[in-house]
Amino acid sequence: MIKLPEPVEDVVYNLLRLANTKLPEDIGWAMEAASGWEQNDIAYTQLGAIMDNVKKAEHIGVPMCQDTGIPVFYVRGRFDSSIGRDIAKALERATKDIPLRPNTVDPITRENCGSNLGPGMPIIHYIPTDDDFTQITVLPKGAGSENMTRLAMLNPADGVEGIKKFIIDSVLDAGGRPCPPTVIGVGIGGTSDVCVAMAKEALLVPIDEENPDPVLRKLEEDIFVALNSSGLGPMGLGGSTTSLGVRIRKCACHTASLPVAVNIGCWATRRASAKITENGVEYSQGVKF
Amino acid sequence: MQSPLSEETVRSLKLGDTCYISGLVITGRDEMHIRAMENVSEGKEVPKDIEGSVLFHCGPIMAQREDGSWYVVAAGPTTSARMNKLEPDFIRKFKIRAIIGKGGMSEETAKAMKEVGCVYLAATGGAAVSLAEGLRKCVGVEWLDLGMAEAMWRFDSQKFGPLIVAIDANGDSLYDKVNSSLVRP
Repeated sequence: MIKLPEPVEDVVYNLLRLANTKLPEDIGWAMEAASGWEQNDIAYTQLGAIMDNVKKAEHIGVPMCQDTGIPVFYVRGRFDSSIGRDIAKALERATKDIPLRPNTVDPITRENCGSNLGPGMPIIHYIPTDDDFTQITVLPKGAGSENMTRLAMLNPADGVEGIKKFIIDSVLDAGGRPCPPTVIGVGIGGTSDVCVAMAKEALLVPIDEENPDPVLRKLEEDIFVALNSSGLGPMGLGGSTTSLGVRIRKCACHTASLPVAVNIGCWATRRASAKITENGVEYSQGVKF
Repeated sequence: MQSPLSEETVRSLKLGDTCYISGLVITGRDEMHIRAMENVSEGKEVPKDIEGSVLFHCGPIMAQREDGSWYVVAAGPTTSARMNKLEPDFIRKFKIRAIIGKGGMSEETAKAMKEVGCVYLAATGGAAVSLAEGLRKCVGVEWLDLGMAEAMWRFDSQKFGPLIVAIDANGDSLYDKVNSSLVRP
């Protein structure tokens, strides 16, 4: 979909609306496939309620989940330093108009400013490149799944088995709280901060896209099978649909370290991206990241 | 089922049953529990309809019409485990009959539920638009100073659900059953 160039603020506003009201196709397809093989009655009811809800939200044009989360932004390519102000303005407008739930509060006083802004907001990751476009991506992250985030600084001797165990335990210990069936974002390597950031970025990769790294691909498949054989099921009420996909990213790390981070995406793993060039704006929910 | 629920109705519900609720449903999250209990301990007034209510763990997206009245845009359950510390006292104090949420609650909470005659009903997490359809009419709000998500909203519901009986009034929990039979490689 190509549109005429428009102000960045409008693009970000459109992204927030798109991400919150329409589930990415890869997630929807995975959910439909899962409900086709789900044998547990309660699980089947849960998946049906989710898919029914997704259709209604898109049709009416309202957020599919009341927890519209904290939108995490990624700005990549060429951009001006004023882009942060445009994003903040768009978020404030979207909160009033779409509407999004005002979620941000002071961490100590718990006072809510009502606009989804406040110190440190909006959260924006800047990735400058030499490309001749600007790519803005948004990942609205609800608290149910975000609160289940885990980081482990494993011993290198724990190896692949240790990595697998930590990821599977993290998801199963979370139970129904992150709204399964979930998408599992994993970061392996880096320093602690980079590891957690990678786990979140992994949620941007469509779940039907093959991991180019064969070792990571095997790990993703093994964990996916283990999770869906666990019996946890949708909302933790039992069944064979616990996860819709596992996405792993890695980077180099210290020879004495093995950081592993898990960032869970609820069934409503929402994302949208806009590529802005001189010719126009291209919106997508299958983010190339 | 018609809210307010009787203790008899609540005690007759079986684990895994699917049900729908019509009538008064109130919302409450962390801050609402804290405010209500603070007011009780300071001898201040507490909204009377908390007593014996159906309590929905939910921070809805609400919108206001030009005449000032509110309507619901999206309202799915929030993670109930966050209220584990607050809920046992709250249930005992206000004789709560049903809690609607997601993810289940602690053994301590289930114990209070058994004593009082209260069930935990699991709503589908994130199914906020479908569930909002059941919350037909907003009939009031308390403590809006806590923010939209944390305020106590009142709804006149109609066929609100589907809801699964996930902890019954005997304190038995579907989550415990699932967790104790989880297969870990």
